[in-house]
Amino acid sequence: MLSSQIKSNEIVFGSCNKDLLEEIIFYGIGLGADFVEIFIENTDNSNVLAEEDFITSVSPSFGRGAGIRIFKEKKDGFVSTNDLTKHGLMRSISQAIEMLDITDNKREVFNGLNKHRDYSLPKKKWINEVPSIHEISEKLLVSTKSLKKNNKIITRKGSYSRNLQEVIIASSDGTYVSDIRLHQTVGLNVIASDTQYRSSGSRRFGSSGMPNEFRLWDHEKAANDVFESSMNMLYADYVDAGQMPVVLANKFGGVIFHEACGHLLETTQIERGTTPFENKLNKQIAHESVTAIDEGISEGSFGSLSVDDEGMEPEKSVLIKDGILKKFISDRAGELRTGHKRTGSGRRQNYSFAAASRMRNTYIAKGEHSKEDLINSISEGLYCKSMGGGSVGATGQFNFAVEEGYLIKNGKLTSPVKGATLIGDAKEVMPKISMCGDDLELAPGFCGSISGSVNVTVGQPHIKVDSITVGGR
Amino acid sequence: MNSKEITTQISEAADSLNLKKWDYGASFSNDHSVQVDKGEAKQLKASQKQILTIRVWNKSNLVGITTTSDISESGIKKALNQANIASDFGNKNEITEFSPLAKDPIEVKDTKKRNPVGIKKLLTLLREAEVKLLESHESIKSVPYNGLSESFYERVYANSDGAFRSYTKSQAALYLYARAEEKNKKPRSSGSVKLGYGVEDIDIESCIKDASNKTISHLNYSSIKTDKYLICFSPESFLTIINAFSSMFNARSILDGVSLSNKNSIGEKLSTEALNIYDDGLHEKNISSSPFDGEGTPTKRLCLINKGRLENFIHSESTARIFKTIPTGHAGLGSKVSVSPDWIVVEKSKKNSDLKTSLDHSSYDGEFVYIEELNAIHAGVKASQGSFSLPFDGWLYKNGKKISIESATVAGDIKYLLKNIVNIESNQEVTTSGISPHIWVDELSITGDS
Repeated sequence: MLSSQIKSNEIVFGSCNKDLLEEIIFYGIGLGADFVEIFIENTDNSNVLAEEDFITSVSPSFGRGAGIRIFKEKKDGFVSTNDLTKHGLMRSISQAIEMLDITDNKREVFNGLNKHRDYSLPKKKWINEVPSIHEISEKLLVSTKSLKKNNKIITRKGSYSRNLQEVIIASSDGTYVSDIRLHQTVGLNVIASDTQYRSSGSRRFGSSGMPNEFRLWDHEKAANDVFESSMNMLYADYVDAGQMPVVLANKFGGVIFHEACGHLLETTQIERGTTPFENKLNKQIAHESVTAIDEGISEGSFGSLSVDDEGMEPEKSVLIKDGILKKFISDRAGELRTGHKRTGSGRRQNYSFAAASRMRNTYIAKGEHSKEDLINSISEGLYCKSMGGGSVGATGQFNFAVEEGYLIKNGKLTSPVKGATLIGDAKEVMPKISMCGDDLELAPGFCGSISGSVNVTVGQPHIKVDSITVGGR
Repeated sequence: MNSKEITTQISEAADSLNLKKWDYGASFSNDHSVQVDKGEAKQLKASQKQILTIRVWNKSNLVGITTTSDISESGIKKALNQANIASDFGNKNEITEFSPLAKDPIEVKDTKKRNPVGIKKLLTLLREAEVKLLESHESIKSVPYNGLSESFYERVYANSDGAFRSYTKSQAALYLYARAEEKNKKPRSSGSVKLGYGVEDIDIESCIKDASNKTISHLNYSSIKTDKYLICFSPESFLTIINAFSSMFNARSILDGVSLSNKNSIGEKLSTEALNIYDDGLHEKNISSSPFDGEGTPTKRLCLINKGRLENFIHSESTARIFKTIPTGHAGLGSKVSVSPDWIVVEKSKKNSDLKTSLDHSSYDGEFVYIEELNAIHAGVKASQGSFSLPFDGWLYKNGKKISIESATVAGDIKYLLKNIVNIESNQEVTTSGISPHIWVDELSITGDS
């Protein structure tokens, strides 16, 4: 069961904790904090791994903890602990107060917590509705068996992960919220080999708040996709490096926008002075064909949430409209330090991180072109069907691996190529996205940043970038 | 509860659940950290963490595992129960046992454990460091990524066969990443990281100097022509690439089919006879050293490449049994026990007559690319295929002058790289991930903007 049986004078999940939470917040405000926030979580997770035709790992885990954050003017102190007793929480807030060295006599007013907003009520049954380990194992084994399509496939893996997180959020502005979050992901990986040739293929699927989703997952389609990808790439030549036009496929192709541009629209980047877009609000930063959105409301999407980790309901934020920057992604600290209004984007991996402005479901909106229009418009270039991971440096330069790529010649896809990386700079590349397809699709992923690893969705339709540096051999 | 009490608690709870065979690993830590922004405290953090991982063996000798942060009596019982349930799905094809070395003596270094200096002192030191870095050059406009932290932790391993070992340590870290800007030029950023047993061991001045020098040295930059170049890897960048392809030495990766090596690769010639590579977790310069691994096996020095030939693999208990050898102290406790290197040491062997010793990064006046730091390792390395394509910070040396390279990647194949090492300089340098000299490699592909 998710709700713990915990003795009195402690946080008890599934019960009213209002008195204890108010006492802690009163204590912090009384000692001079401008703002006090308490984030408490209880987790119940499972991971299952199938390799070849066997289950090789089943790893359940559970835990609980609290993160207490206080603000004094624009600085903040954050303390995390596994001790959810009154004593443990009081000790933590005392430590946070002491860290900030609060000495002035100015006192904020705390009028107690508002009426409890309980988003968890309809979700308490989820823990009983998610598939059992036995059911997961059976389906994973069927999936890895489906990958065994010829003797060139030398490694087959299927993995499943389920994270159930119960949270309580209370703060001195009266916020008092409870929620339950459920995330499930399933992935397939293969390695193909033939003499000196090697290739790999992988796909990951994920959902939030949908306990039945794994049962509906089309493992046969996924297996075919992974197999075909690895076979297509097995004998591929290395791509020649150079500047060229590229077409990026939909779904996970959106990872480039997420990494190269999305992060630069988080208020944490303004705080650091590391975004080139800081003073570009209402100015053209991208090609007029580009409209980009970050939201937390698409039902079942991996980055969706009922309420963010600061107790605010997520909004749909149009970040870029027809190439013009319209909004930044903001959390409480971002609003305090940069003036940009909160967008319901205060997120963290768990209680041991302070929330920060983070993306949720982030995508480029669909355009009016077909995929073929984009490819036909290129005489020599690269089609990036599947993207790997990437990174963005402190000055905005990005680098992304192309998992599955094909040369474009005279408007047609030709031979597969491997070893390609896309190299660029968001400020320079955004104006070069000249065509957007009509086939927007989303894909789940994990985003690691200042407040840990959070579930996100990336997405886009097929897009054309007029010119970008392609790294190769 | 202290670690002895937790062991007793687990033992009693296991008895009550009729679980005869179990082991656990635990970590308890207290951390403090600070960040600053232009002289002001930005975020001050403290945490108390506890993580407990319990394995149990069922009557069929299959293993189940659970990890929890709840070490209350009820939490421990729940963890044992969950592990017992998970053991029904234990891997029948690869039996796991206790390490046969889990009771062997361990070598506990004089770790120079320090006392906490506290948040206020950390804040004062970091503020001063930020000011000095900002004042070190007029083009340095900010230090967007900075932090000073201290950590105090205890690690424990125990099992139902009577093995019990623990150690306590302290560690501090300082990182300073500066951002420099000049008119009509792209901003440039670089930094430095220093580790110590405690804050008093960290050479803050040298961290400031390194961060400043590295950042400023990249202010004047130029794009590089896409071509093949003679490469000199800095100690840090060579260690990065070796760690990225450490699956070559990893028995777990071999069994999983994701390594370039196979069971019969021992003795295979990988590189010049001049190359030796060791894994040496107990090296005196390794601040993060641990005297035992996740299965309680003592950490030890192990030769991975001897005179250019693959000499040993790193092992857990189960991979060692399959390979008919002994565990090497590289296991991480998990449902599927992981294997990873600790601290790589690269050196020039005595058989080094084939090296081109005229290639010295401080004196060679021919054209070459110096790779200072490799980035985006998680994205640009295909360890199972041996290929890499990685962005880097570095310089082009030409006609006796050097210029910072703007936005470029280096691409190649690890086997090609090892086989084409043309010089291993004599002086080793200590980095945060190991020790290595500068390494020269003939002809790798560089993609630039021009």
